[in-house]
Amino acid sequence: MRVMAQMAMVMNLDKCIGCHTCSVTCKQAWTNRSGVEYVWFNNVESRPGQGYPRTYQDQEKWQGGWVRTRAGRLKPRAGGRVKKLFSIFANPKLPAMQDYYEPWTYDYEHLLTAPAGDDTPVARPKSLLTGQDTKVTWSANWDDSLAGGNEIAAGDPVLQQVSDRVKQEYEKSFLFFLPRICEHCLNPSCAASCPSGAIYKRAEDGIVLVDQDRCRGWRMCVTGCPYKKVYFNHRTGKAEKCTFCFPRIEIGQPTICSETCVGRLRYLGLMLYDADAVQKAASVKDDKDLYAAQRSVFLDPHDPQVAAAASRAGIPDDWIEAARRSPIWDLIMKYEVALPLHPEYRTMPMVWYIPPLSPVVDVLRDTGHDGEDAHNLFGAVDALRIPMEYLAGLFTAGDTEPVRGVLNRLAAMRSYQRRINLGEERDETIAAAVGLTGQQMDDMYRLLAIAKYDERYVIPAAHAEDAHKLEQMGTECSLDFEGGPGMYQTGPFGEASGTAAPVQVETFHMLRDRQTADGFTDPGDEPRRVNLLNWDGKGKPAGLFPPRKDGSADE
Amino acid sequence: MNVLLWVVYPYLAIAVLVGGLIWRYRYDKFGWTTRSSQLYESAVLRWGSPLFHFGVLMVLVGHIGGLLIPKSWTEAVGVTEHMYHLTAVFVGTVAGLCTLIGMAILIARRRLTGPVFAATTKNDKAMYVVLAAVIVCGLWATLKANVAGDGYDYRETVSPWFRSLFYLQPDPDLMAGVPTTFQTHVIVAFALFAFWPFTRLVHAFSAPVGYLTRPYVVYRSRDTRPGLRPSRPGWEGPPTAPKTRATRR
Repeated sequence: MRVMAQMAMVMNLDKCIGCHTCSVTCKQAWTNRSGVEYVWFNNVESRPGQGYPRTYQDQEKWQGGWVRTRAGRLKPRAGGRVKKLFSIFANPKLPAMQDYYEPWTYDYEHLLTAPAGDDTPVARPKSLLTGQDTKVTWSANWDDSLAGGNEIAAGDPVLQQVSDRVKQEYEKSFLFFLPRICEHCLNPSCAASCPSGAIYKRAEDGIVLVDQDRCRGWRMCVTGCPYKKVYFNHRTGKAEKCTFCFPRIEIGQPTICSETCVGRLRYLGLMLYDADAVQKAASVKDDKDLYAAQRSVFLDPHDPQVAAAASRAGIPDDWIEAARRSPIWDLIMKYEVALPLHPEYRTMPMVWYIPPLSPVVDVLRDTGHDGEDAHNLFGAVDALRIPMEYLAGLFTAGDTEPVRGVLNRLAAMRSYQRRINLGEERDETIAAAVGLTGQQMDDMYRLLAIAKYDERYVIPAAHAEDAHKLEQMGTECSLDFEGGPGMYQTGPFGEASGTAAPVQVETFHMLRDRQTADGFTDPGDEPRRVNLLNWDGKGKPAGLFPPRKDGSADE
Repeated sequence: MNVLLWVVYPYLAIAVLVGGLIWRYRYDKFGWTTRSSQLYESAVLRWGSPLFHFGVLMVLVGHIGGLLIPKSWTEAVGVTEHMYHLTAVFVGTVAGLCTLIGMAILIARRRLTGPVFAATTKNDKAMYVVLAAVIVCGLWATLKANVAGDGYDYRETVSPWFRSLFYLQPDPDLMAGVPTTFQTHVIVAFALFAFWPFTRLVHAFSAPVGYLTRPYVVYRSRDTRPGLRPSRPGWEGPPTAPKTRATRR
């Protein structure tokens, strides 16, 4: 047994309203640069839909992930080492820019510089690749909320697996949102595809990263990743991918997508797993066994033997403690409501999803039934084949049994809690029907519905010894006194030369204060503040201007 | 003049190549990439790029065989000059033409595909000129010697001279009587070597042969890079408590 720790995420799809705040903040944080205009480390797809890049889930076409050989071993679906090297001069399975979308901007300048005339000037779309006029025909989220209807949604590779029934029952259309980031897999096929060995899995927390200094732009990782979450920066010629916001995680903050999630649907925490068991679990014969196989590699941090083995493997005690409090462990192992995305790719993804019950409830309500009644819900979960099979196509390699179990547990929780909410008696039979107790129902409800910041995000900071190093600039430089040479962090070639202080150190204390303070950000500054909303524009309320330096009165 | 062309110049070019590569590796690891344009355009690249690259690899093998392996060695294993010459001219011409055609396709693609042309730097253009010159001169020398004349045995002159550079006993006289076509090819080739480290061609030196023996999944520890900052030489930080975290693979 080789215990390793993995930072993992679970998203509760019932809560996703498709607002794309996560995508936008992620874009602002990581990919608002030239060369990655088309790149969304975090994107929110409408399901059914083609996804981003288009039809990425069709592995017959894109050849991502692993495939089990007849000998029972795993090799990248796009080919082993030799084949990779021979196709290195032109990767045969690389998505083109058009499969993502051609990035564009608008000619805003024209609005200001156009000569006076009869027509209102317009800002034409310009391609960011060529600078020429372009037609906007697709984007990262063109089919948002089923835009384009059946014409586009029919191209959904997952939908096509259940297509014959769907065609007849499309009127009962259903929609949910699927936010996606890099899966930070236990068995990452992008890393396996990288000829340079530039993509690595971090031993401490399992985050999969691209070493920008070692990447040589062979672009095999883009093919290797079945989720198409490794991107090619077309300006620098390097691969880039979701970093799990490691600078934030290292100091105990949630990823930016989690931090800004409006629906609070993301959970972050540690999972301990047995690294020696990963290969065997990833190569089980039947695709449908992969979900169970992946659960079997997770180690119970409450087990003293596991804790001891983790300690021996060098995992610090505060990390083991964090693994015990991990919401991920509870959602995946204790309540069994979270499922992996496409386990059949055999990469052992570590961003899991709680499948949405809402489509089922919606259909029930629309057909005049009580959408919150346990027995109606149980019956509907069984009767509504399409959502079930579709969800199974996403989360369990087509096996509807685990999906049924999850939806039933969610349905049971829903109606169990409704009785409490309406002041009715607790109905333990509802809990028992899904193999849980009333107490577990309450705990699960708390975790899914009201969990606060520190319950949703249980992130042990990078280790204590390292924490000092992380704050190197703040705590170590003895020249940082007023007027000293260390002041302003001037480098050898003038101000701001040399390497910069890590930004997370600068913002760490500020952010923590803001998030945990009860009062104002800067207590004691009340006399200096003025509410401009109440100001009528006349006179100078006290505090409108900062006090004069010479100390004379404002009046 | 002979000494300048066949001693000073090659050594300078090699020095720039080696020094340039070291410099580039130390100061511009980030820029060390193929800068592939496949994302912009794939259909033409699929033909041009393998044609060029496999062609140029064959050319490389041919040059190693022709320049580094002495004539006496091949004759010792029973390969006559005639046999060698026939193979070399035939395989060499095929490989050279593959390279040339591949390169023509790639240059045409680069010029005619909007996004690819937009991503082409001045450095790229200069590199293409030099690279094309080397290939064309090489092919021209071969063709002219074999079509117009009845072949030229460069293994008596160019090859010993080339090897003499590496023994550090350069013999410029060997090159004096060589046909101008071959001389031009050699001179332009050394210009390319000198230019090499400063172009995108550096990616040839990171050919990923290690991939064949590496385990598929790479684990790396964060410990060597505390935070985001590389440690500075000579500054390992203040004393710290002994590490409790064992290094794991």
